[in-house]
Formats: sequence, structure tokens, C-alpha cells
Amino acid sequence: MTPSLRRLWDRYRSASPVTISLLALVLGLVVGAVIIFATTPAILDAWRGAFHSWGGPGHALKVTFDNVGAAYRSIFTGSIVDPPQFWHSVTTGRDWTASLTPLSETFTYAIPLVIASIAVGITFQTGLFNIGANGQAILGGVAGVAVATLVHLPMVLHLPLTLLAGIAGGVVGGAIPGLLKAYTGAHEVIVTLMFNYVASYFMLFCLLSTPLQLPNQTNAISRTMPGGTQLAPLFGTASGLRVNYGVVVALAVTVFALWLLNRSSIGFEFRITGANPHAARASGINARRTLVTSFLISGGLAGLAGVAWVAGTTHYIDQNFLQGSAGIGFTAITVSLLGRNRPIGIVWGSLLFAALEVGGSNMQANTGIPYDLATVIQSAIVIFVATPVLVKEIFRLRALRAESVKVATAGWGS
Amino acid sequence: MRLELRGITKKFGSLTANDHIDLVVEPGQIHCLLGENGAGKSTLMNVLFGLLQADEGEILIDGEPVRLANSGDAVRRGIGMVHQHFMLVPVFTVAENVVLGFEPTRSLDRLDYARAREDIRSVSREFGLEVDPDATVESLPIGLQQRVEIIKALGHDAQLLILDEPTAVLTPQEADALMGIMRSLAASGKSILFISHKLKEVRHVSDVITVIRAGRVIGSVPPSATESELAAMMVGREVSLVVDKTTAAPREPLLEVRDLVVRDDRGLPVVDGVSLEVRAGEIVALAGVQGNGQTELVEAITGLRHVESGSVLLAGRDITNRSPRDILDAGLGHIPEDRQRDGVVLSMSVADNMVLNTPRRPPFARRGTRNLRAVRDHAESLVESFDVRTSSVDAPLSSLSGGNQQKVIVARELSRPLQALVASQPTRGLDVGSIEYVHREIVRVRDEGHAVLIVSSELDEVMALGDRVAVMFQGRITGVVDPSTSREDVGLLMTGSAPAGIA
Repeated sequence: MTPSLRRLWDRYRSASPVTISLLALVLGLVVGAVIIFATTPAILDAWRGAFHSWGGPGHALKVTFDNVGAAYRSIFTGSIVDPPQFWHSVTTGRDWTASLTPLSETFTYAIPLVIASIAVGITFQTGLFNIGANGQAILGGVAGVAVATLVHLPMVLHLPLTLLAGIAGGVVGGAIPGLLKAYTGAHEVIVTLMFNYVASYFMLFCLLSTPLQLPNQTNAISRTMPGGTQLAPLFGTASGLRVNYGVVVALAVTVFALWLLNRSSIGFEFRITGANPHAARASGINARRTLVTSFLISGGLAGLAGVAWVAGTTHYIDQNFLQGSAGIGFTAITVSLLGRNRPIGIVWGSLLFAALEVGGSNMQANTGIPYDLATVIQSAIVIFVATPVLVKEIFRLRALRAESVKVATAGWGS
Repeated sequence: MRLELRGITKKFGSLTANDHIDLVVEPGQIHCLLGENGAGKSTLMNVLFGLLQADEGEILIDGEPVRLANSGDAVRRGIGMVHQHFMLVPVFTVAENVVLGFEPTRSLDRLDYARAREDIRSVSREFGLEVDPDATVESLPIGLQQRVEIIKALGHDAQLLILDEPTAVLTPQEADALMGIMRSLAASGKSILFISHKLKEVRHVSDVITVIRAGRVIGSVPPSATESELAAMMVGREVSLVVDKTTAAPREPLLEVRDLVVRDDRGLPVVDGVSLEVRAGEIVALAGVQGNGQTELVEAITGLRHVESGSVLLAGRDITNRSPRDILDAGLGHIPEDRQRDGVVLSMSVADNMVLNTPRRPPFARRGTRNLRAVRDHAESLVESFDVRTSSVDAPLSSLSGGNQQKVIVARELSRPLQALVASQPTRGLDVGSIEYVHREIVRVRDEGHAVLIVSSELDEVMALGDRVAVMFQGRITGVVDPSTSREDVGLLMTGSAPAGIA
């Protein structure tokens, strides 16, 4: 092997965190393939018939690969790019909307996910669990919509104020568990988890009350945000692409998080506290202040994620806002783990998860394989990322560095 | 049992922890394995106990080659190990701990405690290991917990006992008792492999001393070898075991403790009216058997534990019950007793650990943003001047040996503007070379005109380092004496009785 290839090989073999994450993706896709195999009637029929009649095992194998291939192909074409369609646009210069919609959708979904996951990652780095990012995002969304629909201002002031209101809503949501833990010792997992329900029902209350509820309605639905408070489509309304200026917001949050965790004094204190609370205390770090600050920043960012989602896509909220499988605050926990609680890792993790979400819908439309398969793949990836030793064994990697063995969830119940 | 190791080699990546080690332990022999931290002692013991697999070489028991794939194999072959950190369930009784995993049962799977108790009593009687089978382990002092570990190993019919730094956690009296137990075990034909880096006790109890350095056997010598010979074999050069220092020239008091009362976690007054004065330019060494309030006294001084009454003054300023931040900033240096717990963050870089308690101080940060270049430069100059052995200042602290981790803490504390330094067990677990180094630095701090308070359970260290020696017993200072006082008298003070002629 040439020296550079050798280096690449050594790098693969040394089981860096990035290698582990990529291999976890591969394993997640393998798990997904097994599930497609076990649940798709066409494949099962082909194998049932394989040893009796037509085609034999060769045919059954072909049916299997065709179905799995079609599923994964439609995830890819639905979330990133459909090569023939794209080639058509390049050669004819037409239908760019259709060619770019998959990427646009992936980025649209990734925007709130990046922001919310960074919010969660910051508390993880402090050794805290913020399971309440979803509730904080809901509060942020409600506060943002309230300011957008109930206050009248010129756009230069109104949009920033709307986003700030979202942050403020989240800060309130983060302050409650933070202060409760700092001053009463209440465990933040329990408090944040339960506050998700409080936030959901508070939202429902607001949506059914004047003045937030859309006038002359009995359904739980809010007024629509005026144009000046929306995060406009990045390429103009005429482009037909939903991707919006939320990308800029997410980018700004990423830069902020990079500074906070890697360059700021407070972030350094967060990490010391997260890695060794005893040493933090002996080093004169005020545990209470660190804990509360971490929760305030995390809550504020989660709130921003909520408002960025409304302002960028639906422009109103209803009772389904961030509920069930749309609960990005919960997905954010897994994305943060996937990205090892670091901003750049989280951006990649968010893009991957968003692509699986968007591509999953496309797969269901094209092949009839349920959208839930995307969730299964996401979950499998997280399981593999959380068990690096397993990945190492499967791919026979060399000894892991101590750092990468440490699972990011260390600290439960402490 | 006769144990023979032939050519044991164990590598971790590019590091050779054990390099063709040959060792023979005869039946009834107390064989000491002596070496610095990182010399490969623990690796060798883990290979012998089946916790690690050797890359090369073989293990022979009574002349027969054996393969030890895990600790279960080792136990079945009659090898017992007492770890430095005990493997006991604190809330279980002695009897329950001893039988754990090999519980004797009566019909219907009922535990047979009567038999367990009887077994323990017979082992206790045979080897002089007195311990109450019905006491819960957490209620026992460390020395007795260690006995439980030994009984447990013997209960599995061990013929060879590995003791990994057994005296590191013991008081001098407990250590003496342990030596007696080791001798009676050897007399009954059991072999003992004893790991240590304390020269005095090694010569005291061993039949044969094998010195290893950098993974190789340097040689085996009889216990008649002198301490300086052994030290030279360990570190490869002559080291001074006495601390080189001039007579102190103490000036005004810098650290004053007045009538201090501190309660422990259970609410008992563990520091009960302590007054102590440390002057500029002197080292006061606080001696005493561990657990007599020294730890809590230091915690109270450094702001980590609430002061019930009394006061602490640093350079005339009242720092009683101030936050650790205020106390650090007032100029109190602190080398904590449990350095990995309180002193460092193992997963962070050497550079970050060098500014662990000054992260916001210029030039390391301005207006909330860290200056990573300044942090690195600072770390590089400290690594250089304090001779910290590390591949780079960016390497995680966990990659450094224990001695070098301690050097990082010493470097960090001594590079801050100081009034006084409080050092708890500053050389615990360090090798001879590092001990010498830390001692020199502490004397240097004194000579620069700072006040130094040393807390140590090593009497040698206390007597060698202190300009005055204060002895603590049951939360009180029982005497402050000159280091020329005889060890016997200091020992008496440590047990609370006042020797004749000392107030």
C-alpha cells in the first residue's frame, strides 16, 4: 500500500469517534435492511416460493435486493438529490424546484434540530440532562407567535423581537428546572421530563384562549404570523423551496456554541463541572451558578429552535405543534449523543436525521414501506454510537482511545 | 505453592509494560516486588491474576504450566489477590462479604450463616486476623476492611496471596499489624507476593526483594540491602531520602486558625477547637493517624466545608466560610489529598489543567473569552520548569503517570500568586524520584517566604519536612513539637497521651 493509503487505513483501524459514527450509520442501514426483509410481503413470498417453484433462491435474492435497494434509493433521492432529475435540470435549465426540493426539505428540517440539539448538548457537557428541550421549544414557539401576532412593529424590529421572545420563552422553561435543582436538589431529569407536559398543556390553553387563538375559531389554532415576522424562504417565495433564513439562525447558533464550549471561560467551567464536579468545586467554580447558567442558555436555545420552526415553515401553531413524532426536542437528545455533544458533530447528526425523516416520507410514498423504518434506522444508529465497543468488535478495529469509549450519557442519576 | 514466571512480556501498543520478567516465589516466602509507579508492577500482578493476558512467557504453578484466562481461573489455582482499593460491599456484614459468590447453603437454598461465621472464626484464629463476622463492613476502619479482604482470599483456599500496595491506606499501627499477619501466613506455608514502593517496610518484612524498573527485573536482593541501595536500583540513580533544607527563618504569621470547630457529614465535631499558626517562611507539618480530623480541617481552611465556629485568617484577612473562589484568590494554594478527585480533570488536556482554578484570570481570558495561546504558552513553560513528563501540553491528563499528574498540580498551585500553601498527602502514591522533587518544591515555597502547612500520614515525611510538627488526635491538636523530637514521643501524641516533658 502507498503511504497515504496506509495512513488512511491506520486511521480507520484506530477507531476514532468519526469512524465509529460512520460505521454506526452503516450498521443502522444494515438493521434497516433486515427489517425490510422481514416485513415486506413481496420479499417473504419470493423466499417462500424459492425452494418449490419459479426462480429459486436466485430470484428470491433478486427480489430482496430490489426491494431494499428501492427503499434506500428513495430515501436518498427524497432527501438529497435524484440524479436523473438533477441531470435534466442541468441540461435543460428547467425544473430546478423539483431538483432542489429534497435538499431544501432536509435543510428545513435540520434547522430546528441543529439549534435544539446544541441546546441539549450544552447541558450534557455540563453533566446535566435537559430532557425538557421539547417543552422549552414549545414555550419558545408560543411566545414567538404571541409577540409576532399581537404586537405591531416595523420588520427590522419585529423579527428580532419575535426571535428574542422565543428565546425568552425557552429561558423561562429552562430556569425552572435549573433553579429547582440548584436550590432544592430536585433531579433535573424528572423535572424537565414532566415540564414537557406542562408546556404542552400551557400551549393548548393559549391556543384556546383570546387573544392568541385565531378569531372565530373553536379549534386550537393560533393567529398567523405576519409576513414581517416570518423567516423568509432563502431563495424567495417564487423559488418554491421551503428552506429559509432559519439556516442563518442555525449557523449563528453553531458559531455561538463553538465559541461557548471551546473558547469561553464560562464554557470551560461548564466542561470542568461536567467532567469532574469535585475538582470544579475545589477550583472555586460556583456549582449553582454554573448549573443555572447552563440551563438558561440551553432553554433559551431550545426556545429559539421552537420559534425558528414556526417562523420558517408553518407560521402558526396548532395543537400538534412539536407533538408526537414531531417532537424535535426529543430527537435532539439522540442527535446530541450522536454528535458527541459537540457543535460540529451535532450539525452533521442533524443533517443525517433530517435526511432520514424527509427521505422516509418519500420512501413510504414510493415503495409503501412505512415511514417508521426511518425512525428504526435512527434508533439503531444511536444504539451503535452509544456502544462503541460493539462497533469495534464488529469491524475488528484496534483498541479504542479511552476518550471515545466513554459513552456520552455518563452521569445518569448523579 | 511455588510460583514461577518465565519471560512474561506484556505490551500496550508501543509501550512495553513488562519485558521478559522472570520471577520465582517459593512456598512460605514473602516476596516483595519493589518499583516506582509505572514500573510495571500492577501490570505483572494483573497478568498473574488472570486480568490481563501476557503476550509472551508462561506461568508455572508447582512446576506445571497454567493458563489463566480470567480471575476465576486464578482463584481456582489457589491465587488470591487483595486489591489496593477493596472489593467489598459496604452495607453487607463481614460474613456476607466473605461468602459472596461462594455462599454455603442449607436445604432449600437458605444461606448457612452459622457455617460462614464459623469458617471466619477458624481462619481468624489460625492467622491472628481478629474481626467480628457480624459487623457491617462500612463500620470497620480501613485496616479491618483489609483483613476482611485477606480472609476472603483465604476462604477461597488461596495458597499464594498477592497484596497490591497493602500499606498505602493504613496507619502505621495497622501496617505493623498487617506485617504480623503476613508473617504468620508465611509461617503456615502460604506464599505472599507483596507490592510496595516503601523501602522501610519492604526491608522489614520481606524474605526476598525483586526490584523492577521500566518493565524489567533489575535484580533480586535479600532484605539486608540498605535503603539507599534499593532506592538506587528503583530509580537508577542515588537519591537522597532526607530533605535538604536550611533552618527556617519564620516571620509574621500568614495562616492562622483559631478555635476552629467543624462537623463531618454525620454532624459530629471532627475538628474540635483547633488553633494553629503557620508563619511566613516555615513549614508546619500536621501529623496524626488518618481520620482524626486532618481532612476536615483542610477542607474548612480551603472553603470546601462549613466552619461551625472559630475563624481562619490568611495574611490577616478573615477567610472563614468564604467561597473556595475567594479563598483561592486571596492567595491560598491547595494540593488536595485526593488529587484525581479534587485536583484535576483527567479527560482534559495538561494545558487546561494548568489553569483549572484560574480560568478567568488575564492573560488566560479576557472579557469571557479564553486566550488559548496564552494558556498553552503558560503550560509549556510550566511543563519545562517543573519537568512534567508528557508528550505534549495537549495530551489528556489521564495519559500521565501519577507522579506527573501531581507535578501538574504542584506547578499550577506554585505558579499562582501565593500567601500560603496547604498540601495534603503531597507525596502519597508517588515514586522516590517524584517525592524528592515535590519535597524540594515545598521547601522552595517556604524559602520564598510563604507559609506552608503539610498534612501527611507518613511520619518520615512529617519529620523530615516540618520545621514544626503539630500532632492531631480526635479533632484536637495534642502537641506542637520540634522535628528533632523522638518518634516514640510523636507516636504517643498521635495516640492522645502526652509524653513527659511536652506540653
